[in-house]
Order: sequence, then C-alpha cells, then structure tokens
Amino acid sequence: MTMGGSLNTPRTGGLLLLGLVLVAVPWLLPNSFYFDVAIRALLNAMVCVGLNLLIGYAGQISLGHAGFLGIGAYATAILVSDDFGWPPALALAAGGLAAAALAFVVARPILRLKGHYLAMATLGLGIIISIVINTEEEFTGGPDGIMVNPLNLFGFTVDGEWTWYWLVAVALVVSVWLALNLIESPIGRALRAIHGSEVAAEVAGVDTTRFKVLIFVMSALLAAIAGSLGAHYGAFITPADVGFFRSIELVTMVVLGGMASVYGAVVGAVILTVLPQLLTGFQDYEHMVFGAILMLTMIFMPRGLVPSLIGAFSGRREEGRT
Amino acid sequence: MTLLVVDDLAKEFGGIHAVEGLSFTINPGTIHSIIGPNGAGKTTLFNLITGVYTPSRGSILFEDNPINGLAPFDLAARGMSRTFQNLQIFFNMTALENIMVGMHLTLDRRLLPALFRFAGMERREREARERARELMSFVGLEAYADARADAMPYGALKRLEIARALAAEPRLLLLDEPAAGLNHSETAEIDDLIRRIAETGVTVMLVEHDMRLVMGISDHILVLDNGRKLGEGSAAEVRANPEVITAYLGAQRRGEEAHHEH
Repeated sequence: MTMGGSLNTPRTGGLLLLGLVLVAVPWLLPNSFYFDVAIRALLNAMVCVGLNLLIGYAGQISLGHAGFLGIGAYATAILVSDDFGWPPALALAAGGLAAAALAFVVARPILRLKGHYLAMATLGLGIIISIVINTEEEFTGGPDGIMVNPLNLFGFTVDGEWTWYWLVAVALVVSVWLALNLIESPIGRALRAIHGSEVAAEVAGVDTTRFKVLIFVMSALLAAIAGSLGAHYGAFITPADVGFFRSIELVTMVVLGGMASVYGAVVGAVILTVLPQLLTGFQDYEHMVFGAILMLTMIFMPRGLVPSLIGAFSGRREEGRT
Repeated sequence: MTLLVVDDLAKEFGGIHAVEGLSFTINPGTIHSIIGPNGAGKTTLFNLITGVYTPSRGSILFEDNPINGLAPFDLAARGMSRTFQNLQIFFNMTALENIMVGMHLTLDRRLLPALFRFAGMERREREARERARELMSFVGLEAYADARADAMPYGALKRLEIARALAAEPRLLLLDEPAAGLNHSETAEIDDLIRRIAETGVTVMLVEHDMRLVMGISDHILVLDNGRKLGEGSAAEVRANPEVITAYLGAQRRGEEAHHEH
C-alpha cells in the first residue's frame, strides 16, 4: 500500500535510485574519514529535505534553522547526560517536541512577514537560540561545548561507522519518502500555491497561515531530529555547530541543490559537506567559499543543480516532482 | 431568496472613498455585471465581497449569513470563488495542478494521510486529476493539460484561472475583467463560457469593460461611478438611464465610435 503505485512514477523510481546509491556508497568508502564525511552529509541532507519544503516549495526563507537543530542536539546532550539519564529515544522526542513547539509559537507572527523581514526575523530567532546555548553554561557547557553520551536504542548501543551509516541512511530515505508524499498531496500543492501567489491560494480556499505554520514546524522538527542524531554521533557539540553560519550553510545547500526539489536538497547537502573536506588547505576561507557558491548559484543557476540538470536532459520537466 | 445582499458598503483608503454607501442584491442563477469607468470601485467591490479587503462600513450577507471580515479562504469554503484582473496564476505549477489547487477544499487535507499516503489518498488524487481534466475541457484547454502554466499564452491563462475558480464548486463566481486583453474571437469564447457556467446554476458576477459582452450577457447590470451606484437594471434599462448615459455610456460610445473610425 505505502510504496504504492507502479515503479515508473517519479516518486518510486527516484526513491529506488536513492536507495541503491545509499547501499552502494559505503562499499566504496576507502577509510573511516570518508565514512565520517558520508554520515555527516546524510544528516545534513535530512535537515535540507525539511528546509527545502519551507524554502523551495512554500517560498518562505529561514536563516535560523540551525537553531532548531541546536535545540534537538542540546536537548539530547543534556537529557541523556549522567545528570538526567533519560533514554536517548525519549530525549530525541523531547528535543523534537521542544523545537516543534517553539516553531509553532513563533511561526504565526514571523510568517506574517515577507521577504527581507522574514529573513531578518528568522535570523534573529537563530541568534537568540545561539545566545541562550552560549550563556546557559550550567546546562549547555557554554562556548566550550558539551559531551554527548552514546545513542542507546532499546538496549542496543549504536556504535561503529557501519551501524551509524545505515541508521542515518534509513532516516534520510524515510524523510525523503515523507517529503515526496507530502508534495504530491493537496497539502503539497497548497504549499506550492502559496509560493506562486498567496492571494490566489487564499481565494482558492487555502488557509495560507495554517500551511505556512505547518511546514515551518515540520522543517524544525526534522532539523531537531537530525540535530539529536548528530549530537550522539559526534559525541560532542559546541554552540558553533548550531550557530548562524550553520544556518547559512543549510540554506546554501538547498539553493545549490535546487529549490523545490527533494533530491536537489540531498545533492546540495552532499556536495557542500564533501567539498570543505577536499579543500582542507583552504579552511580559513571556508565561509568565503560558501558565500561565493551561494552567489554564483543565484546568478548562473537560480533553479539549482538538480532541476537545471533535469531540465537540460529532458527538455522540460516539472520542478515539483524531482 | 437572494444570494448576496450588500448594504451601505463603504471602503476608505486614507481619506479616499473607493466604495461609498453601496447597496444592491443579487439573485441566484443570474449573470450580474458591474460596469463603470476606471477607478469607479469595481475591483475594490470584488475585493470587499471576497474578503481580500475588510469593509470600513456596511454589511454583506451571503446566503443570509453575514460575511464581513471573514478571510478569503473562509469565503471560498462558503461557496465563493473568483478570478483576478491581473492574472494570479501559479506559474510554478502545471495547468492541471493549478486547477487541482482550486479543488483544495473538496480534497482530503489531513496531514497524516498525506505523509503516509493512506486512507485512499492515491485514489482520491487520481479522481481529482480526472476531474481537473474535465474542467480543462469544459473551458477548452484540453491541449494544455500537462503544460507548465508559465509556458501558456495569455488567452489560455485567462481561461485557466476561470477553470481553477470553478474547481472549488462555487455557488457565486466573481470574474474580474475576464475578457481584458483578449481579441474578438477569444472574447466570443469567453462569452460562450460564461453562459455555459451560468447554465450549470452558478451565479456569476462580472466586472468588464467590453460593453458588447456585458450588454449581451447580463441579466442585471450595476453601474458604479466614484464608488457610488449610478444606476442599475437590465441592459435595456441601463442603456436608457440618462444619468448613466451622460456619466459613462455616452463617453464610452463616443470613444468606441472614434475607435471604429481608425
């Protein structure tokens, strides 16, 4: 029922391809260093799939999503610490819930804003979360960061690069599947309609505020879950991991990969996670490289990598389906 | 029963009275045109009725229920649908998807069935697609079903917008200048389309500058000037109304004659 329909629909075909690639990749990774990069790339991809629903499909910018990622990461770090001793699954749920609740509360006033104002408001939100994390040293460890206990699920400790890879790969496939389902539903069309013309969407019966809030909350939830998993995986997090630059990184991934393209978000996240590793000699210029990539994409490839490539190969195909 | 009752409606924008003390009623099953010079308040009136603007004063009853201050999506749910003077198309979607957005309120909008694709989502989506195709052929756009909206010509987009509005299954359809920018044969097609829509029992309100279209199609005409009612009645009554002739139709006729001489 769930994987329904035939193999030739773009949804099923694309998911199969993604699955095959994810199964093939770990066998090609030469050493632990590349495993680490791959796992981080897939975690970023998960966040970007959610963020792209907000930015690419619904047309609402967020420059503060690392904040939600941070809520997930720090909720996990604090709650599974020896002081609290929560089971990691419960901590992950609590972090997700906290991020979703915050997103829900701020969404209404924030999403009333448009363009630059929305960008500024989400930027401010991310910065506030970052400041709280930095200053609440008692809980968060402040600027020095905090150790995170291992992920223990139902008595089984997730450990080792292979286990982590499969866990994160499955989480990504599920995220992509849910995102594709959502897009090809009345809700997905409502989101794209909001992007196309808010007044026309409203007149067609779309409660635009409700759907903007919904997708903001969902993207925050996905970011928090990825943040929580990432905190366990890395075993250590600092405020810099979830700060302003992280938010910009995430947006750059979405824009490079392709707005309104689920697979584009994955591709963008993978490229921009791998690229800095290849440019380790230029570490000091990492921020500049990201800025340049963002600018060049906007100028030369405003639709992003994946939609542009699909457009080039198939004449014209619809952006919404990729 | 009357479908729409507008009573002493007014809208003010920073001291400018776009609509001032307007009262009229609309009976179901009629084609009701609103005419008047540019700036007469026709589009403002549409925006007030469809909830895009909130009235400064007065009341609007739709099917005997007051609808002042309701949001456009609320009014859509109550059976009101419209098109826009300057096209409001979803250019990031196909023609078919544009119409399917119009069906929003008739479809399953719950989150979980959408996310996990259960509860007949697959089947309902197929049916919606089918119905959208039927609407495409109703407005004469069969050829464009899978076209992206941004690849369609202007005349086709005008009809696409009407199809999207019809997809919501409205009882009152408001068309804001459906023939604007269209040539003679395209206007004739719109004329025919509006008649066919009215035949299905949908009440049509029309803002239009093309007098031949308006006079031929309307059961009732409301003439506005400077946000006020100048006159109303059948086409014959409006044509014979001396105030209307001096203020609007006369000027229009002289304009048309001058136009024909070229």
